[in-house]
Amino acid sequence: MTAQQQTLWLLAGTAGVLVFATLVGQGLRWRFAARGQGDNPVIANLNARIYAWWVMVGLMGAAFVFGKTGVIVLYGLASFFALREFITLTPTRRGDHVALLVSFFIVLPGQYLLVASEQYGMFAIFIPVYAFLILPILQALSSDTNHFLERSAKVQWGLMIAVYCISHVPALLLLHISGYEGRNVLLIAFLIIVVQMSDVLQYVWGKLFGRRKIAPELSPSKTVEGFVGGVLTASALGGALWWITPFSVWEAAGMAVIICIMGFLGGLVMSAIKRDRGVKDWGHMIEGHGGMLDRLDSVCFAAPIFFHVTRYFYTA
Amino acid sequence: MIERPAAALITGFARLVTGVQARWIGCGPSSEQRIYYANHSSHGDFVLIWTVLPTALRACTRPVAARDYWDAGELRRFLIHRVFRGVLVDRGADPKAKDPLVPLIEALDQSDSLIIFPEGTRNTEEEMLPFKSGIYHLARQRPGVDLVPVWIENVGRVMPKGQVLPVPLLCSVNFGAPIRLQEREDKQAFLDRARLAIIELQRRA
Repeated sequence: MTAQQQTLWLLAGTAGVLVFATLVGQGLRWRFAARGQGDNPVIANLNARIYAWWVMVGLMGAAFVFGKTGVIVLYGLASFFALREFITLTPTRRGDHVALLVSFFIVLPGQYLLVASEQYGMFAIFIPVYAFLILPILQALSSDTNHFLERSAKVQWGLMIAVYCISHVPALLLLHISGYEGRNVLLIAFLIIVVQMSDVLQYVWGKLFGRRKIAPELSPSKTVEGFVGGVLTASALGGALWWITPFSVWEAAGMAVIICIMGFLGGLVMSAIKRDRGVKDWGHMIEGHGGMLDRLDSVCFAAPIFFHVTRYFYTA
Repeated sequence: MIERPAAALITGFARLVTGVQARWIGCGPSSEQRIYYANHSSHGDFVLIWTVLPTALRACTRPVAARDYWDAGELRRFLIHRVFRGVLVDRGADPKAKDPLVPLIEALDQSDSLIIFPEGTRNTEEEMLPFKSGIYHLARQRPGVDLVPVWIENVGRVMPKGQVLPVPLLCSVNFGAPIRLQEREDKQAFLDRARLAIIELQRRA
């Protein structure tokens, strides 16, 4: 199969899953309404989530059509919205203004331009070295020393999570894997499908069988049953998608396990930050899901590891 | 002709940068005449209130702004007069010369709604400044108009005083329950009550 045929099959399969989910969601709504129980909030939220999935899959599909530019623009925007949510929840002071302007309008576009111009070396160090050193300089020059370390750490964290980590998704296009030329966009599809299906399947397993809470003080909805069921089924799905990757079946399943576990733990870390700030969601831009970061928290942690494991073992 | 696209451009930009959300907590949007009074930390303040109002209400809701700032320069003049239809007041003018509230009362008598900032100046502190007494005199002279407390969240961080470029952060505009001057309520009691209504919104937001 050519890369194009594989992409089409993938999109058809995804659309099939979404049609199925939509039928189940509407069926549940109809059944509850028929029993006179009116609008059940869990089911209303489920349907809002499914609807948002249609939009997100549509956007991903559209980005794939435009190729490299489309993917870079899509994830650049995602980074922008994610960084905006992160910094909104982070108390900053007037003295941080210049550092924040630089983060939003120089560092963020700069990082994605480095992906676009395929400068891997600079891409890998731009934020951890240059932004890391220059932003606290700008903050120090404002001569506001109140909570200085805290403030500079928070801006750094925001950039690492929302820009550096997320930019590793389009950076998958930079990997030169022999025998896999021209197909890297499918590597992105593999990562995103596994990460997001892991979230969805954990939610489904948790809602159906969840009893023992895994980390009640971080995330009351995460259960042992949801975690185990979700990771196993999503990893099996990853194995079943081996034909779009440069991996063998077992390698693909192994990669999927890494992606799922990093995604799950990333979700926990991001929850810890939300709890610390006293909020339930990062934002409200995606109906039923919360904010951009609520949807991408697991991607943030899975993408860089997936990128580097693949780069280490599969590129010359 | 150019006013409408200019307004669309400004509200569009405000939404893009701040993703601003209206939260109608104590009242809903209504075409009844109102005085919206809000905390003030940035020039973006009334733009955000103006952005979240439904278009029909926006057309008859006028921000009260300082003449010395807005009448300086061609662009500002165009924006405040033609786009925002602002009501300009003289700051620091000799109070005995002319009652500074006259243009506000005139606007109210044309059944326009107003947006005012009773702190009087852009506030750089966490806590709200004490209110100037203008809001009390408005409430006394036009007792039939609802005063709606508004808490604007975060906009002081988007564009702090003295900065020109905005940092994109999420903002919200929270509308509380309307208040009116009560019988025999004295000036200070009313000003305190009005200020507390915003602090209450801030606590809930």
